[in-house]
Amino acid sequence: MTIIGIDVLTFLIVASALGGVALLVLPSAPAYRTLVRFTAVGIAAVLAGISIAVFFSYTGSQAATGVFGLEVNVPWFPVLGVDWHLGIDGISAAMILLTGILTPLAILISFEIEERVNMHMALILLFAAGSYGVFSAMDLMIFFLFYELTLVPMYFLINQWGSPSGREYASKKFFIYSLGGSLGMLLAIQLIGWSVSQVPAEIVESLRATTPALANYVAGSPSFNISVISALWPALNEAGGVFLGINVETVKGLAFLGFFVAFAIKVPVWPFHTWLPDAHGEAPTAGSMLLAGVMLKLGAYGFLRLVIPFFPDVWVNDFSVLGVFTTNWATVLAFLAMLGVVLGAFSAFGQTDIKRLVAYSSVNHMGFVAMGIAVAALAYGQMVVNGGTEYTQDAIIAMNGAVLQMFNHGLSSAGMFLLAGGIYHKTHTRDMTQYGGFWVKAPIYGGIFIFTSMASLGLPGLNGFVSEFLVVRGSWAVFTTLTLISMIGLLFTGGYILKGIRAVLHGPFNMHWKDYKLEIEPREVIAIAPLMALMLITGVAPNWILSVINASVSLMLGVPVQV
Amino acid sequence: MDLNQFINDPNLLPWLIPVGPLLAFFIITLVTNKSKLVPATSDEYGGHHPDYDGMNVPVVGDVSRVISIIVGMSGAIAAWLISLRVVMDATALHDFGHEVLTSSVQWLSLGTSSFNMGVLVDPLTVIMLIMVPIAVLMIFIYSIGYMAHDPRQARFFSLISLFAGAMLILVVADNLLLLFVGWEIMGLCSYMLIGFWYEKKSAYNAAIKAFTTTRVADVIMLLGIAYLFMSTGTLNFRDLMYNAAPPLEGETVAVVEGEVAVEGEAVVEGEASAAEGEAVVEGEAAAAEGEHAAEGEEAHADTWAIRLAETPAIIFGGISAAGLIGIFLIIGTVGKSAQFPLHVWLPDAMEGPTPVSAMIHAAAMVSAGIYAIIRMYPLFEAGGHPHHGEFTAPLLFMAVVGAFTALFAATIAVAQNDVKKVLAYSTISQLGFMMAALGIGGFIPAAFHLITHAFFKALLFMASGAVIHGMEHGEHHVHAHAHGHGGGGADAAFAAHDEGGHAHGHDTHHAHAEEHAHADEHAHAFDPQDMMNMGGLRKTMPVTFITFLIGGLSLAGLPLITAGFWSKDEILAEAWLGLTEGFGPHALVFVMLALAAFLTAFYTARQLSLTFLGEARTEEAKHANLGRGVVSFTMTLPLVILAFFAVTAGFVGVHPDFPILGSIFSGSGNPFFNLVSKTLVEAPPKIDFNIIPVLFSFAIALGGLWLGFRVYARKPLTAGQPDPLIGVLGTYHNTLKNKYFFDELYQTIFVRPSQWVSRSVSYLFIDKGLIDGFLHTLTRVGIWTGDLIKVLNSWLIDGVGDGVPELVARFGNWIRSVQTGRVQQYMLLIVVVALVIGIAFALSTGVLQASP
Repeated sequence: MTIIGIDVLTFLIVASALGGVALLVLPSAPAYRTLVRFTAVGIAAVLAGISIAVFFSYTGSQAATGVFGLEVNVPWFPVLGVDWHLGIDGISAAMILLTGILTPLAILISFEIEERVNMHMALILLFAAGSYGVFSAMDLMIFFLFYELTLVPMYFLINQWGSPSGREYASKKFFIYSLGGSLGMLLAIQLIGWSVSQVPAEIVESLRATTPALANYVAGSPSFNISVISALWPALNEAGGVFLGINVETVKGLAFLGFFVAFAIKVPVWPFHTWLPDAHGEAPTAGSMLLAGVMLKLGAYGFLRLVIPFFPDVWVNDFSVLGVFTTNWATVLAFLAMLGVVLGAFSAFGQTDIKRLVAYSSVNHMGFVAMGIAVAALAYGQMVVNGGTEYTQDAIIAMNGAVLQMFNHGLSSAGMFLLAGGIYHKTHTRDMTQYGGFWVKAPIYGGIFIFTSMASLGLPGLNGFVSEFLVVRGSWAVFTTLTLISMIGLLFTGGYILKGIRAVLHGPFNMHWKDYKLEIEPREVIAIAPLMALMLITGVAPNWILSVINASVSLMLGVPVQV
Repeated sequence: MDLNQFINDPNLLPWLIPVGPLLAFFIITLVTNKSKLVPATSDEYGGHHPDYDGMNVPVVGDVSRVISIIVGMSGAIAAWLISLRVVMDATALHDFGHEVLTSSVQWLSLGTSSFNMGVLVDPLTVIMLIMVPIAVLMIFIYSIGYMAHDPRQARFFSLISLFAGAMLILVVADNLLLLFVGWEIMGLCSYMLIGFWYEKKSAYNAAIKAFTTTRVADVIMLLGIAYLFMSTGTLNFRDLMYNAAPPLEGETVAVVEGEVAVEGEAVVEGEASAAEGEAVVEGEAAAAEGEHAAEGEEAHADTWAIRLAETPAIIFGGISAAGLIGIFLIIGTVGKSAQFPLHVWLPDAMEGPTPVSAMIHAAAMVSAGIYAIIRMYPLFEAGGHPHHGEFTAPLLFMAVVGAFTALFAATIAVAQNDVKKVLAYSTISQLGFMMAALGIGGFIPAAFHLITHAFFKALLFMASGAVIHGMEHGEHHVHAHAHGHGGGGADAAFAAHDEGGHAHGHDTHHAHAEEHAHADEHAHAFDPQDMMNMGGLRKTMPVTFITFLIGGLSLAGLPLITAGFWSKDEILAEAWLGLTEGFGPHALVFVMLALAAFLTAFYTARQLSLTFLGEARTEEAKHANLGRGVVSFTMTLPLVILAFFAVTAGFVGVHPDFPILGSIFSGSGNPFFNLVSKTLVEAPPKIDFNIIPVLFSFAIALGGLWLGFRVYARKPLTAGQPDPLIGVLGTYHNTLKNKYFFDELYQTIFVRPSQWVSRSVSYLFIDKGLIDGFLHTLTRVGIWTGDLIKVLNSWLIDGVGDGVPELVARFGNWIRSVQTGRVQQYMLLIVVVALVIGIAFALSTGVLQASP
């Protein structure tokens, strides 16, 4: 699939970036704002169309088997083994679709921005370019480049257009946290890329028969090809116990930590989450939507695409904590996920700031993603290390749930931020105690708010329930006690959602807002309508996307779906 | 997939049952609910509304009000008609129960397997399909009149349509997950409708309480569902509890013509049964291994429920998997059906409009809880034989919780003065009856009581709504008279007499009168729901009185002629049988339920006396009536229809050996028993007729009623006279009146601590204090280090000489020209650089030239 002679995935990335540049070229005088806005939304809508086409093109061709499709592979730095290598499977297809859908909606919401419109819109498109890049990268260096690229526009969006009170602190915290986290990953990537060349040729040959990705790989050369690394890097153990004079186990452990911390910050996994309430709270509405809708998914995607396949042995090998008890990294992640679910819900319940409440709801919801990832990591690790299939079916269900939850959270959190931002834009306060009884003045807003809140709460019949149920079902078999405890979080999800509805809509009307216009604007309705439609469709008939995800997940966990 | 196919294929038709109300919900919400803005002082908004001084408020337009009602009614009627058709189709099946109406579609792909959603009509579904649509339709008709002056009537109809749709989804669901979907949507609807008058603090607090309390149970239930799904790979009711489970790996399957497994196929076309059929055939040649090898055929005939009863649980050792799953699922019902200790939400749910109370208490919500455990009953019973005194953990759990709740709630009901609160506690108590009955193996009596209770409780709620409506009418009358005398104009009084003319929304107005008493000098704190303010209503509201009487006597179990007697008697008979054989749980249930039934009769008599008998204790009660016209008609008609069912519904389940009546109504066996017992693989044992429990039932019902009327009707209370019970019970009466202080207790041990933990511990201490504190310290260390190096640098540079600083200064001057401080330029610079790099890189790879 090509567009004007360019491969479609490359086109998505380049066109987003060039679209952003084009906006900068447009005149920035106030008279041209409308032009700039509509150009921006037009570009984003075209990109959304292409993303949808990509999704369905993939679904049409590869979905049944879950293998990578729409691949493009052009050598870039052969010496380093870096290629311009893009491609998608079911998991990335879902994420590209999500990015494509959310970008124009975020731009539509940014119509409320009055200053430096060109730059604002350009940054959003640049962010989209980075996200497309991450979700379609099949080369580790490409992945890292785009992964870091998303950071820059988001930093400026928060720093320049955030709420004046706290944007400095929030943007710095966000930037330093994220950048600091990925330093270790950069080192680990360099190490891994080079060290696959150290895998002895006989091991490569023995794996070649079973691993299609190794077909063109020349033994002894460095590679950043993610599939190649997934096959070879875990095999490094067998090459002998020592690597660069250090125990291989230790090297792997350190590399693992580099990845783990980087992605844990992004997801965010408790306790790496404290940048998130600040960044989400202070960011402009569009920034919050993309931050929650897309950016957090980069972290989860990194876990699924890189950390699980690269480190199967590290995930499952037991280690001792201070000699008191032994555990493994999968269990540690599950434990942190449980804490994220529970404490995220508690912290959300304790908020009076509406945007922070929604921000903490992300910690809560992404906890389920992390839980699903932990189950998948354990099952994948056991499969690779000792061929164990005890938890395979559970892991397939949990990982399906995790990926679907990523998609669902993208919809519902973007919707929630849209609504929270809308009310903030009209009242200029995020303090929920000053709201009250808005339903009478904003009946349509009220209905939409409740609908979206319920999707976020995980009401059956809407999208969030399906994914949460799948994660709970999958993790119950593996991490029974942790799942049981995380139910407290699910309970308090209800608590903070109802608190939000209560504070905004219910109660006697606060007369302070008597003469304010509180009803949702048509533009905002247009922006949230697609999200609501998807929430309902995915809740009622989730298989339109889950079957695509399932094929790739099953393939990864060693149970290819029969066509 | 055209509509004709759905209509002509009896297996597909059940899909359409919930469609009508659901469509109505969407149509009303998206299309017909159009409001106009009127000043808050307008009569259309219930008169002077103190919350919205000087504001314009939305009121549903007249046309859109009528259209919304029509749409809502059409949905309900469609559901009713289709249900009737489905009931006829189903009962016409040869050997119904063995054969069922069912169809399903693939809903989720999970690995190589899949999860199917579908509908199922078996005998249990049939009795629900008879009861639910009728009750729903009555509630809808009633709402036309009851909500006639509400500014948000269209929204009311949309929500109650969704409510009905969700209940019907739950009823026709063929698997536990779809049941849970309907279950939770009903939770949402009850939340929305209890908080329908969202300005009221008591209303939104009650709504939050209802949702949160039931959610406690629901998350546990979700675990149960997940666990069940994990253990069996299916949530389909038939596959779990009726059909044989697929053979275990390596297990012998001697069955060639699978007696149980294959039969499903006669009707089911679904993938599930096909797979099962395969499993049976494949199993033919399997090797003789496994623990069940010796049992051969019998082992294969095991359902999943039985197999789970033999599997140890994943946690909490010492209990079987079926036991743990069962307890998880039953906890879900404890929340939904408001059993102790999660009963606290139900009485507060009275804050919603009365039709909602009827919906929650009779037709839908709480019945759904009991329905779910009746539906899953074989799972709970698996591994035990309650009729032989062998109890499983879930059965014991149900028996104890149910019996305790039945008595506990009945004691509270005795001391309540709010006409709806008495009924609320009676609902809790009656649900306890059903729960307890299930706990001792009374599958049929529980189902029977569920149906009869739904009819008479819907009747009672709507009749009490009529009473409240009448009392408010009286209040406006008095109010208008006060105006009339004060202002000298008699027109106002006439206006209040005319039903169409008084546009006050009820309940809302009443609450505002309380909260904003100072705002309206005429408004005194009058509570139209307080039975102490009533009395003598039989004279002004005769139809309401008669129907309320019928409902009340049915609740009390007046022997022979009311439905409540027959179903309650069956439960007691079941318990008695176990008692005579010396089974502890049966004895407990019998004693507790007998006491509860006695109290039920007593408080019913008290309620009837206080409300309708004697003389009016207030001016308002003297003038209470429903007026004339549409409002009165639509509110009265459902009462009459339901009163009919409250009497006759019991005659379908009369024991065949009952003297005289048995031969009249059950000449060819107990019809209810014969139908519903086919839901199970093995019909529960028929209990021989025993006169002793019947005599007990007589004595309890008549005794309770006699005592109640003796205390409250022989010498009716006069205005201001305290309840005679206060003298008898002393301080215990206060405890009862305050519902054993459970609200206060929960507030202290759950609500406040969780608020404190959320704000102070999780957010302020952990996130802000520990984690951010650590990070800030890290930052500070970084800055110190930087400062230190800076100091070192300046010292070093000073040491080297002035040459280097000079150079630096020059460089600085040069760079200053670039540093304009404008972010756009920085960004532009970055983008340009990025672009240059990008192009260079693109050229180097050749991407831009062609795709490979």
